[in-house]
Amino acid sequence: MSALLDIRGVTRRYPQPRRHLLHPEPPLVAVNDVSARIAPGETLGIVGESGSGKTTLARMVMGFETPDEGQVLFDGEDLHDLSAAALRQRRRAFQMIFQDPYGSLDPRRSVGWSVAQPLRAIGQTSNRRAVEDVLHRVGLDPADGNRFPHEFSGGQRQRIAIARAIASRPKLIVADEAVSALDVSVRAQILNLLMDLQEEFGLAMLFISHDLSVVASLCDSLLVLRGGRTVEHGPAQDILAAPATEYTATLLAAARLDPPTGVPA
Amino acid sequence: MRAHRAINLWLGAALVLPMIAIAAISLIWTPYDVTLLDVGNKFAPPSPSHWLGTDQLGRDVASLLMSASVNSLTVAFVAVGMGGSLGVMLGLLASAFGGWVETLVMRLADLGFAFPALLFAIMLATAFGPSLSNAILAIAFINIPVFARVARGAANQVWTRDFVLAGQAAGLGRARLTFDHILPNIAAPIIVQATIEFAVAILAEAALSYLGLGAQPPLPSWGRMLSEAQTLMYLAPELAIYPGLCIIIAVLGFGLLGDGLRDVTDPRLKQVRA
Repeated sequence: MSALLDIRGVTRRYPQPRRHLLHPEPPLVAVNDVSARIAPGETLGIVGESGSGKTTLARMVMGFETPDEGQVLFDGEDLHDLSAAALRQRRRAFQMIFQDPYGSLDPRRSVGWSVAQPLRAIGQTSNRRAVEDVLHRVGLDPADGNRFPHEFSGGQRQRIAIARAIASRPKLIVADEAVSALDVSVRAQILNLLMDLQEEFGLAMLFISHDLSVVASLCDSLLVLRGGRTVEHGPAQDILAAPATEYTATLLAAARLDPPTGVPA
Repeated sequence: MRAHRAINLWLGAALVLPMIAIAAISLIWTPYDVTLLDVGNKFAPPSPSHWLGTDQLGRDVASLLMSASVNSLTVAFVAVGMGGSLGVMLGLLASAFGGWVETLVMRLADLGFAFPALLFAIMLATAFGPSLSNAILAIAFINIPVFARVARGAANQVWTRDFVLAGQAAGLGRARLTFDHILPNIAAPIIVQATIEFAVAILAEAALSYLGLGAQPPLPSWGRMLSEAQTLMYLAPELAIYPGLCIIIAVLGFGLLGDGLRDVTDPRLKQVRA
């Protein structure tokens, strides 16, 4: 099966401030030669401790950052080889859900305005119905579109963010720690919503989390990162059942210490 | 909101609002015509017919002060408006493009900061003759770098927010993001800065008019009233005191108002609102 998203050996380095007059500081390698593929409708989980390069990888997949080496192919096209205008046109097909539901919605804009943003960007200006539909789909009142983000709880805001992400009917959703900031009870609801939407729209997902227990139930395959390098990569079940490295085993043990998250199997 | 605790805000408003009201009234009515000379009745003491007396030419001082307030407020409004919008545009541009564009704009702003406003006004007056519009241009000019710096600083912070990334993910370009997200979210610090600069502009206009580089006779102006009263200090000190007080009240009022607005809107002072 051809891949929807094909990450080919991407590396991203950040220059570091010089600490010594004569010796330039070696750059920080945030992501080091990482490869992965996602087929349409499939979910790839990326796990790792903080600083392991998960978010940098997500930012490169979203085209916010350009890899120093390697390629990110979406639908067979190298995202970082496209012109700025062409990339903007492709963007409707891959959307992102952010970690902080308080920072990802413009406090000065109504919810409806934010949800409609991806639609306006592709030239759909009369989109009232579409916004109401998508708000309804994520379990909100269609009339909520006229309200402002500060009137909603964290979980509701994350629903709004999901509504915005699916409004342009993308093929891929990148969820960067999408449930980490939420209460455990709300977390399960949001995960269920994501799984329902994935089934309904045939979405592929790149699901980033530091918490293996969240990823476990959701993902077809797993990519374990540490210090920007791939530690393990393979089918989720295999890795969870028999982690090949101590690092993964530690992550798994840490996840098991958490109280049950209520994620349905 | 903590507005009820911001004493500066209310004190500033209490000084500024009556002033604006008086300026508005003077547009349609003043006790006497400000160009009406009554030399036989010069240096009259305050009386029911002349509330603050008359000056060396027998003009009604209260009418002059009222009329001059319009002048001061208009100059400040136009100058801050012009300099502010240009400065904000430059600041947004610098923030949106970064790199050498940002460096260029901010170094030009440094250059503007290094240039004394008075010198610029004298230059304009030398080249094009002293006039109120040249004074406005000079004050507007000194405001450009101030607003460019404030706008760029605030905009740089907003650019790092997730909702801007979300807009970018939706496929919006920098110009669109700037108008949709950046500008609305930097409005608060810009308005605060504008209020403070308003006070500075009123003072600058008074200074320029005092030096004869601003409002030309017969247009009444606090600064010129002050300079005309200077030679009469021993004869009629009150003629210098009245316009001086007006300048103090206006500058203090807008300064306090700006500080108060900052107290209310500054996120660093704001309590977390769930």
